[in-house]
Amino acid sequence: MWPLKWKKREENYRQARAGFFEAVKLLDRRSFLGVAGRAATIATAKAIVPPHSFQLVDVLGVGLREKPAFRFAYIADTHLYERTLNERFVAAAMRAVNDINALKPPPDFVLVGGDLAQFGQPKELELGKQILSELKAPLKMVAGEHDWYLDLGEKWQELFGPPNYSFHHKGVHFIGLMSVNEKDFWTDRKMTPLERMKTVAQLDSPIQSRFEVGEAGREWLRQALAKVPNDTPIVLMTHAPLYKYYRPWNFWTEDADLVQEILFPYRSVTVLHAHTHQVLTHRVKNIHFHGMLATSWPWPYAPEGLPKLTVKMDRVDPFDQLDGLGSGTVDVYGSGYVNKHYSLWRRDPITVAKAYLESWGKEAIPRSPEFPSY
Amino acid sequence: MSKRFYKFLILFLLVVFSLLAGFRQQQLPQQLEGLTSLIDSGPFSAVAQEKRELPRHSTAKSERANLVVQLCDGQTSLEIAGVRSGEVLPPTKARHVARQMMDKYAAEQAKQASKWTKRDRMTWEREQQRMIEEGNRLFHDWKALGGTIGVSCDMCHPDAADTHPETYPKFQPQLKDVAALRDMINWCIENPMKGKPLSCGDRKMVALEAYITSQRKGVALDPGKH
Repeated sequence: MWPLKWKKREENYRQARAGFFEAVKLLDRRSFLGVAGRAATIATAKAIVPPHSFQLVDVLGVGLREKPAFRFAYIADTHLYERTLNERFVAAAMRAVNDINALKPPPDFVLVGGDLAQFGQPKELELGKQILSELKAPLKMVAGEHDWYLDLGEKWQELFGPPNYSFHHKGVHFIGLMSVNEKDFWTDRKMTPLERMKTVAQLDSPIQSRFEVGEAGREWLRQALAKVPNDTPIVLMTHAPLYKYYRPWNFWTEDADLVQEILFPYRSVTVLHAHTHQVLTHRVKNIHFHGMLATSWPWPYAPEGLPKLTVKMDRVDPFDQLDGLGSGTVDVYGSGYVNKHYSLWRRDPITVAKAYLESWGKEAIPRSPEFPSY
Repeated sequence: MSKRFYKFLILFLLVVFSLLAGFRQQQLPQQLEGLTSLIDSGPFSAVAQEKRELPRHSTAKSERANLVVQLCDGQTSLEIAGVRSGEVLPPTKARHVARQMMDKYAAEQAKQASKWTKRDRMTWEREQQRMIEEGNRLFHDWKALGGTIGVSCDMCHPDAADTHPETYPKFQPQLKDVAALRDMINWCIENPMKGKPLSCGDRKMVALEAYITSQRKGVALDPGKH
């Protein structure tokens, strides 16, 4: 009866292995021995003798041994039309909401990265609010250009409050920052609000201005940080990436250099941004940048300017309308740096660990895909 | 016949020639447009006829204030010694001058290695550009392309990125066949955009292909690449 015995052994092995990886995720120094014990269990289950051939050694990477202080989740770029026009984007947003509600343990809060609506229509924004109200965790909103340029943020602010705000959470200082201001390109062209909205909504539009935090926004940021000690970890939540990636598509912040200068004196700064609809990683000095997945549609990488630390996802499947999309979670550590998880609906999750950015890409390198991304 | 008559005749001929030249310039696009509106009475027929300045000839001048006669090509000209500018040629002399100019023109033409003229080149470029611009418009307008859920091509493909027309035809397992670029365009129109596929002869399809390929101009052909 050896095949049955073999099957049993294989089952034991699988169970032990799953337990091992579950435990590794939450590993700190105290539980190190416990997990090492589990590793030995796996080895025993596999009937590897002696067990020391499968010992947990100290190569797992700094990020994995430390336990995160807390976790929050994100949804971004839902680009909702009214339900009567487009059911698909609504269903996708709801899927993300369900995914996040199913997280165990639940996230401390949910960051919504902007572009909730497609053309900033009151009904689109209201639908967005209704869908997000299903989330069990509290909401933190960031405004995107698709939410803003029909009425210059009137409806959005009525529903979600001021676009710039800050709060303290478990030792980390969080800031929501409006990053999609544009210089007036519409008055001289005598555009209607909808024309202005549609111009900004077109990624490859040569007419619109480029995103900026702007003088007023930078001044607000200076004030918001004035009383924050330099060793307090800071997490910034924006819609546009706070750096210069690709200008023709507005993957760009025109005054990024000035904004970054405000952030340089702090020990650790993490910027989480939406807008680019792709896996995106960047670091400038003390600032770590992470992109977010969209739920509506993915974007290809720009033809140039991609940050070197980004491990590109390979190109999405044109025949699968959910590929390249999803939501995700962020594990925040005591230092303020984060492990960023991309929970893709159609692929294995991708984690960009803080150890990867802390080591400038030398350690904890995310798995890179077999095919090019174009 | 009076001198005044010949003066009038030459002027009349010049006007007729220049009108003919202008007509030929405009004729091609008009014919094309007639054709497209026959095939498709959709948004394509709404393409506005561009109003552009026709090229003007600059008349050659004589240093000795002699009469200079110019052919309607705007280049071949002849200075007639002994006849002052503004004077009118007698008929026999005029016929002689005309023959001389046509010989000069024919000699110039014979020197050219190609039968194609600069005007041909301008026509090709203008018509190509017109099609690319129409494709660009359709690429950004879901209604014009028959979409029904507010999704347009540019939403996933800014500047036609990630369309890689240079890799077609290639096998697409989901279509269970080797697909051309237009098969993929139609797939996108039918599925993500929830519209009706275009027929192969549809000028909208040609316009989309013109725009998409123009965005990848110069990229090496690599059919079959995934």
